[in-house]
Order: sequence, then structure tokens, then C-alpha cells
Amino acid sequence: MKQFGIFIQKELFHIFRDRRTLLILLGMPIVLVLLFGFAITNEIDNARIAILDQSKGEMSQKITQRLLASGYFLIDENLREVAEIEQHFREGKTKMAIVFPPELQENLRRNLPTQIQLIADATDPNTATTLINYASAIIGRYVQDQGRGQAMPLQIHTEVKMLYNPRLKSVFMFVPGVMTVILMLVSAMMTSIAITREKELGTMEVLLASPLRPAMIIIGKVIPYILLALANTVVILMLGAFVFGMPIKGSLFLLALECLLFVITSLALGILISTRTESQQVAMLISLMMLMLPTILLSGFIFPIESMPLALQVISNIIPAKWFIIILKNVMLKGTGVEFIWKESLILGGMALFFIGASVRNFKIRLE
Amino acid sequence: MVPAITADKLTKKFGDFTAVNQITFEVQKGEIFGFLGANGAGKTTAMRMLNGLSRPTSGQASVAGFDVYRETEKIKKHIGYMSQKFSLYEDLTVRENIQFYGGIYGLPGREIRHQIKELIGGLGMQEYANTLVKAIPLGWKQKLSFSIAIMHRPEIVFLDEPTGGVDPITRRQFWEMIYKAASEGMTIFVTTHYMDESEYCGRVSIMVDGRIAALDTPRALKEQFGASSMNDVFLQLTRPNQHGS
Amino acid sequence: MATTQAIQVESLSKRYGKNVQALNQVSFEVGRGELFGLIGPDGAGKTTLIRILATLLLANEGQALVNGWEVRRDYRKIRSHIGYMPGRFSLYQDLSVEENLHFFATIFGTTIEENYELIRDIYVQLEPFRKRKAGKLSGGMKQKLALCCALIHKPVVLLLDEPTTGVDPVSRQEFWEMLKRLKEKEITILVSTPYMDEASLCDRVALIQKGNILSIDKPAGIVSAFDKPLLAVRTNDMYRLIHDLREFESTHSAFPFGEYVHLALRNAIWPEAIHAYLAGKEHTDIEIKPAQATIEDAFMELMTQE
Repeated sequence: MKQFGIFIQKELFHIFRDRRTLLILLGMPIVLVLLFGFAITNEIDNARIAILDQSKGEMSQKITQRLLASGYFLIDENLREVAEIEQHFREGKTKMAIVFPPELQENLRRNLPTQIQLIADATDPNTATTLINYASAIIGRYVQDQGRGQAMPLQIHTEVKMLYNPRLKSVFMFVPGVMTVILMLVSAMMTSIAITREKELGTMEVLLASPLRPAMIIIGKVIPYILLALANTVVILMLGAFVFGMPIKGSLFLLALECLLFVITSLALGILISTRTESQQVAMLISLMMLMLPTILLSGFIFPIESMPLALQVISNIIPAKWFIIILKNVMLKGTGVEFIWKESLILGGMALFFIGASVRNFKIRLE
Repeated sequence: MVPAITADKLTKKFGDFTAVNQITFEVQKGEIFGFLGANGAGKTTAMRMLNGLSRPTSGQASVAGFDVYRETEKIKKHIGYMSQKFSLYEDLTVRENIQFYGGIYGLPGREIRHQIKELIGGLGMQEYANTLVKAIPLGWKQKLSFSIAIMHRPEIVFLDEPTGGVDPITRRQFWEMIYKAASEGMTIFVTTHYMDESEYCGRVSIMVDGRIAALDTPRALKEQFGASSMNDVFLQLTRPNQHGS
Repeated sequence: MATTQAIQVESLSKRYGKNVQALNQVSFEVGRGELFGLIGPDGAGKTTLIRILATLLLANEGQALVNGWEVRRDYRKIRSHIGYMPGRFSLYQDLSVEENLHFFATIFGTTIEENYELIRDIYVQLEPFRKRKAGKLSGGMKQKLALCCALIHKPVVLLLDEPTTGVDPVSRQEFWEMLKRLKEKEITILVSTPYMDEASLCDRVALIQKGNILSIDKPAGIVSAFDKPLLAVRTNDMYRLIHDLREFESTHSAFPFGEYVHLALRNAIWPEAIHAYLAGKEHTDIEIKPAQATIEDAFMELMTQE
């Protein structure tokens, strides 16, 4: 036990004496959260739209007003004919065009189904989707409001509902995402680097030739990183909650447990990488290419999994981050308990066991 | 005859610390000159100044007739440099290394092709010509890096800790190459803390704390200090308090 | 236990991949309290051999016992009872002198105080720097610290892989003086070195080259086994001298040795004959004198016999 204590103490010395890395590890979560929150936002703000109002009635006027009142949209121009739409898009003046059909007023009066056309510039698909979603939601809400006062509900087809994140704040999307990336980074990449550093410096040789058991070497090396990862979690959650008003509806205890589970999974991955590599550089490259990129790209953090090609959707299932993000969103935004996330937790747990098993099999008690 | 290297009160300071303190010496053309000193005595700093890699704080020096303050680019063209650690690219083959260094020193393509043949043949390493350098034995690496360092026929070649760790026969083959180069008029400047290596030099200087503490032929130094080997001379100079105790 | 040798190695072979035979049927024994030198150039197999004894590598064939324990089966026992110092400086550069020592004492289940007696001579030299980071020590100081860390648990056998490589002569000498004192405390020491001149500081040495042991003996024994007449020759032109001597009919071998050439003869002849031969080749300042063979002469002789 004394051996174990000194080992962890030594590890903490390494971490605290390497000021630059420590600063990056502690500062990066803050910078990332603030960056995503204020700068790299995919929220829509004053997007320029064009309107072709063929109906020229009261209804289209009101819907337009609603759209403008939301603050998301700004009218670039009122168009007069269909041909102008394409020209407008080509000139890049506008991101979305809304076409009110001539029969709008008439159909509504006669209670017939009516379509309002939303045309978006999909060269930037993310923005296009968001714009369409926003506009649909606003129109839908308008229709609902109108419906209340009348005997017969209006029929306009916009079936988009924005649950749990009614104001469509993207903070709610990226806080779980950034947290996942940071935990992965601290746990997997930093442990794989810390262990390969001992190999590179030759100190692993001395440790192996000592009575320390390999398991103790590994556990001693990862515990400080668990603490560091959990500290980061707290910082990110606090930033999310106090700076961006992100709610944590579910149990904090459950949240902590799930974070720990993900940290352990990532640590196991980091250990596995370190058993297969001899240099810090290779360990870092592998961590970045095989863990960080998939975590950012395939976990649903930035790109929705539903809109990926089937092959990538299948691959996304083996990315631990995907399951962790689902769990985080459930616990934080929906406030669900363990009964709705046990499946995802089990998958993560299974992955952790698999990686730990593989690391133990691969860990060498000698130099080759 | 103009000496190959002259140094006159050459000094280098880093802040308050004087790494090289007023060293004065001359090296004649075709001489094998040993430049010894303990770790941190100032050898590397002195050699960097002579190589044109570091500007002296004060004093004068010239290498191959060029001034170390003003003509560093000319110096670099007229010297060769070999260090055991950094000379060759491990992930290039023997042939590619020769090609690369030939290119660096601006040898024409025809000359490089000629050198590849000459050099590989001369060293008797045909079987390794297309082998990656990391896969050839250490002894071959050292002989190869020396051959490459003198490929462009420099007037002076600087050898930095050249022969550590090789077997005694290979080591002697290496020294024979150095003797050959010297007999053809090349000046050899060797830094080492491997004392028996210094016995191969024509003259040696021993640096202690930034100064040249002794400079003469190995034989004269041994006589002067009543020592049986250069190792003893060195120990007496660097551990004067324990001498005779 | 007391009757067994400290180290017993029997027909040990080790290959890396298919082509590299690092050790080839190596056998030797090291007695208790002996200071045993493993002398050979880089690539001779010294590091491989020491790593096998330190239980860090497995041999392909043969057997090795350290303090009576078998290196594969009893590796945990060996690891608790040996001190091992790898060729590269392998302490934590960002920990201080004191922290490194405390760390290694603790992982070996002991304390600095318990075995201070053993390291005192060495540690007093480090004491003034005990708060300094190990990475900021000079080469010689690093080696002393590494030795302290390898000794702190009072090992029965000390395995030192090239402890003096890259260290200046003063530190080298100090290091060997420390080994001498440790020997008096009945610690068995196996030390490897590429410096032939260090052989004479050992009780017995094994000369090793390309995975083969060339000879095992006391240093004096190895030198006296060199039975050819040996002369030291010098003239005004070293380079021509070597070549001219090699063409001389009675020459067995001619190798440069510092300012002289060591000339081993097939049969004893008068130095005057050599003098005349060299004078005929237009050498001047000719000096010829009898020479005492060194470990290097013996090593080269054994190498050429291979």
C-alpha cells in the first residue's frame, strides 16, 4: 500500500511539474466551452431570407411578422416572381426563401390543406437544416395559436417539434459533446502518453525490474488522470450551467457515475494503446487519429448520426463517445433515470471490460 | 605556411558565465589535433565558435584562413564535420546518404556518382550499399560518416566524440582512415573525453573550466606530469587536489 | 543457498527475429562478492545478457540463475533482490535527487534510513544537490544517483549496464572506486563496459564479441595469454608505418596504439632487422622498443582468431 501511495505521489509530481501540459489540460475545457458557446455557434442569428408572397393576404403577412419577430431572420428582399429565387441564391444574398402560394388565403378560409414552400441553400447543409427547422417551428406555432380561437384547426403541414430544447440553443448540444471530447483526451491520450513516456525514458525498464506488480504500475499511473478528468467534468458542467444556463435535470449522482464509467472506458483504451506503442509520439498520433477524430466526427457531437450514410452509422456504434453523449443528453436534458439509459451504460461497461481485458493480455511483464 | 586554425584569446560568455575563457592556440595544416576536456569544460562551445555556428564574445580566430566573425559561410564550405550521434540519416540507405551530402556540398551529379562508387568500394561495403543506415553495424556507420564528412575535400575536419563503443579493430581501422586523410594534408580536429583516443593525436590540448590547461604532444605531456597515460594526465589536471594523496 | 554461485549462466542463446543472434551459447559463473566485468564493443550482446539476468528478457535457449533463482520462473524473487542500472539514465528527471531515492526505496519496500550505511559514501557527494531535479545533474552525478537508487534495497547482486559510457574520465574513476568499496560489502557486481582499459579494475572479466564469449579470466591471465613477441614502433609517418609493417615478412599483426604501432611478430627477431627494413622504406626518427600487451591486444588477437 505504501508502494502504491508513493507511486501516485510520483505521478502527481510529474503532472504538476509539467506546468505547460497542466495548463493546457485545465485550460482547454474552459476555452473549448467558451469557444463553442460564443464563437463557433451554429445558432441562427439574423439570417437573411427572401420572401415571395404570391397570396398577398393577411395570413402571409402575419407569418412573416412572426418570423421576423423571432430575431432569427432578416428579410433581404421581397420577391415578385419565382424566377428571382434562383438568382438570389446564386448571388449568395440569401440562405432561405419562403414561398407563400397564391391559394394560401383561400385554402385556409375553406379549411383545405396548404403548403408553404421553404427553400434553403444546402451548400451548407447544417445551416440549411437549422433554418428550415426554425422556420417550420415558428410557422407551426403560429398555426397552433391561430387554431385555438377557431372552431376548426387550421391545417398547415409543418410537423417539427422542438422538444427539450425549445429555444433550440446549441449550447445544449455541445456541452455534452465538449465534455466527451475532453474526458476522452485527458483519459485516453494523456494516459497513453504518460505510460509510453516511461518506456521512452527507460524508467519503465527499472520499474519492471523492481518488485512492483504490473497492475500496480498501471493503476498507479491512471488514478491521477481519473481525478484530473473528473475535475474537468465539474468545470465544464459549471460553465454550462452558470454561463449558458444549461440545465441538469437528472440526478447528479447518476451523472457522476456515468462520467466515471466513460472515464474508465477511455482509460482502458489509453492503456491498450500504450501496450502496443513504444514512443509518446506514436501514442499521441494513434490517440488523435483513432480516438479523437471519431469522437468528434462520428459520435453525434457535431454531425447528427441520423444524417450519416449507413456505413458510418454502423461504425458509430463502436464509438464509446456516441453512447456517452446519448446518456449525457438523457440525464442532463430529459432528467431520465437509470431505467432509460441502462442499455447504453451496459454497452459502455462492456466496452470498458473488453479494453481492460485486451490491455491485461497485451501488457508485458518483460521488455518483449 | 598559414596555420589551419588560429585562436587568439577567444572568449565566449553566456551572461555572467564564461564558457570559454581566452583560449589561444594554433593548429598546423595536416595535424591531428586532440581537443580534450571534461563534460562542461567548454569544448563544445569552443568548437561551435570555430565552426561558425556561434559568435565569439571577444578574441580572434580564423579557420582555413577565414575569420570566425565575418566569414562564417566560407568557413562552413571549407570544413567537414562528423559527430557520432547525428551525422547520418538512419532511414536513408548508404547510397542515399552519400547522394544527399554530395548534394548539400554542391558536388555535380557526375562527381556524386563517382564518389558513391569510390567511397563504397573504398570502404568495402558493397553489400550494404542499398541497406538502410540504421541496419548496418556501428563500426561501418562511423567509417561511413567520416568518409562522407571528407567527401568534399575540406581543409579541416572536425570530429566530435568519433569512436566510442566500437570494437578495438574497427577503431583502429577508423584511425587509419584519419591518418590517411592527415597524410594527404587534411587537418583533423578531434574532441573527445575518451582519453586513450587522445594518444593517437599529434598534439592535444586539455580544457579545464573554460581555459586551456595544457597543450603539447601526448608524449611531452606524460613526461611533464610524470604520468603513464593521458588518462593520468587528465586526472591530475582536473582533480589537482587529489593528486599525490 | 550459500554454496551456489551468485550468477550461473549455461549455454544461453538469444535471437532477435531470424537473423540477429545476440547471444550464442554463452556460459559463465560469477562467484559471491566478485566484481565481474563484461567487456565488449556495442552490439556484442552485453545489454541482452544483463537484461536476461534482470528478468527483462527471455532467452531462447539455455539456463540462467541469479542467486540460485531461475530467471524465467522465479522472476519475482529476483526482481526483489537485485539492483539493476540500465545503460541509459533511467531516473525521473523531473523529480529531485531526494524524491527519486525515496521513490525507489519505497517501491522496494524499504526506507532510505534503513540502508543508508550502504550508500552513505556515494550519497554524501549528492547531498548538497538533494533538492535539485535529477535532469539538471551533471553526467557523473546522474550515474551516482542511479547507483544509489539501485543499491537502496541492499541487493545481493548488482547488475550495471555500461555505467561509465559517456561519462568523463574523472567521474569514471570515481565510479570504479565506488564499485571497489561496494565489493568490500560483499555485493556481487556484474558490470559491462566497452572501455577495454576498465578490464583491469575487475576481479575477472569475460571478453565478449558478436554474442560469443572470447575468453574468461583474471585480467592478468588474459594479458599473459597473449604469447606473441610484441614491439612498440614509431617513426615520422604513422600512416605509411602501419602499411609498411603489415608487409614486413615476420609481422603477425600491426595496429596503431596511440603514438606507437603495436607490432606482434610471428617469431622473435632482432629489432635491428625491423629498423633496417623501415629505414629502407625511407622512415626517419625510428623508435622500436619492447611493449607490454594490453587487454586490447589480447582482445584483437582473440577477434582475429575467430
